[in-house]
Amino acid sequence: MAAPPALSSQADIDAEIAAAVPGGGPHPDRGYAPYRSSALRHPHQRLAAVRDPEAVELSGPVFGATDVTALDHDLTRQHLGEPLGERITVTGRVTDRQGRPVRHQLVEIWQANAAGRYAHQRDDHPAPLDPNFTGVGRCLTDGEGRYSFTTIKPGAYPWRNHLNAWRPAHIHFSLFGTAFTQRLVTQMYFPGDPLFPYDPILHSVTDPAARRRLVADYVHALSQPEFSLGYRFDIVLDGPAATWTEPEEQR
Amino acid sequence: MNEQAAHGTSCTGTGNRTVPPTPSQTVGPFYGHALPFPRGGALAPEGDLRALTLHGRVFDGAGQPVPDALLEFWQAAPDGSRTGAPGSLRRDPADGSVLGRDGVEFTGFGRVSTDADGHWAVRTLPPPQSAPYVAVCVFARGLLHHLYTRAYLAEPAADPLLDALPAHRRATLLAPAERPGVHRFDITLQGEPDRETVFLDFG
Repeated sequence: MAAPPALSSQADIDAEIAAAVPGGGPHPDRGYAPYRSSALRHPHQRLAAVRDPEAVELSGPVFGATDVTALDHDLTRQHLGEPLGERITVTGRVTDRQGRPVRHQLVEIWQANAAGRYAHQRDDHPAPLDPNFTGVGRCLTDGEGRYSFTTIKPGAYPWRNHLNAWRPAHIHFSLFGTAFTQRLVTQMYFPGDPLFPYDPILHSVTDPAARRRLVADYVHALSQPEFSLGYRFDIVLDGPAATWTEPEEQR
Repeated sequence: MNEQAAHGTSCTGTGNRTVPPTPSQTVGPFYGHALPFPRGGALAPEGDLRALTLHGRVFDGAGQPVPDALLEFWQAAPDGSRTGAPGSLRRDPADGSVLGRDGVEFTGFGRVSTDADGHWAVRTLPPPQSAPYVAVCVFARGLLHHLYTRAYLAEPAADPLLDALPAHRRATLLAPAERPGVHRFDITLQGEPDRETVFLDFG
């Protein structure tokens, strides 16, 4: 294997982020150069359009009561003791692009602990592990598409995309819709994080309005007295489902 | 219908989809303690004589194996049903551990990580002739937005997707049997047209 290229500076990355043309679409361009790992991991060929109403991907996997336990949505109660950090609740609704709730479907989250360390063997950031925090949660949405997790606020952490690269605090989300085409993996950020301007992963979404949709709202009414701070993160799944048809001329 | 750019068309063809979507972000490198689950690739009910193995490797644009990709699978049941069933992640209510599927229902869904050599394998039931493919969704560190592809276990006489592809591209979607009951499907994220896997845009 070739030796890895020398790390860019933050100034190099800032310049590349500033040079990126905004407004491509709501999702990142898979070949977004400031995120270095994307270089060899995005297709060069055009994607093949599938507009077949019989495509299996217009249906999707389902989950149910057997797939989650009552403790899965509370990441602060998965060990004998309480994890360190600022306790938060994160809640929101999952809908499709027509605003219809995604009911009784699986939501998965994972995150670093309050010190910015993942409970993953390959995370070698020299921050402490927390024996009372794994950072993995699951739940099913309710009949209105709502989900809720209790957890702790994750810390920022360094990575090696470039010199002095730091990820803003975030929670990873994985979502299923009614169709496999609506699958989504994303990251939720916290409002007002000073690391936003420096992060090429957040900025891979070049449309500022779309980028704002990745940032949760702090909602004081969702904070619980003497217990937790409340955030709302609503999620809208893209992609067609079996019930959706596109006018012929737009194909 | 030919291959079409993924970007540019997807924004104009929104039809009656009016609410702007939440953008995708990469799965990152540290999902391994969160998303994969025990027996995630064991779609076939234990002991089902129809079961087959589908396996392969994931490669990057330099031809190197990708050791941190996560693959998901979705398919119709052998009888053509597309409703799936809950229970892919069936849990033990006593200790929370994953019990695995119940041995009766075919959930149609699987999830596995690549190993350190970029290899993955699932054990599943043959999809029906009406849709003779396993839908595959690829996530990876370095991949900002997941990619869809299909592994065709049998080459259908007619298929809207395959028939629209030139022969050298079409071949990347075929998962022929290496030996009875073992099908091979390698995924190349980036490369020349005869090497890079065909990825799909559902609009």
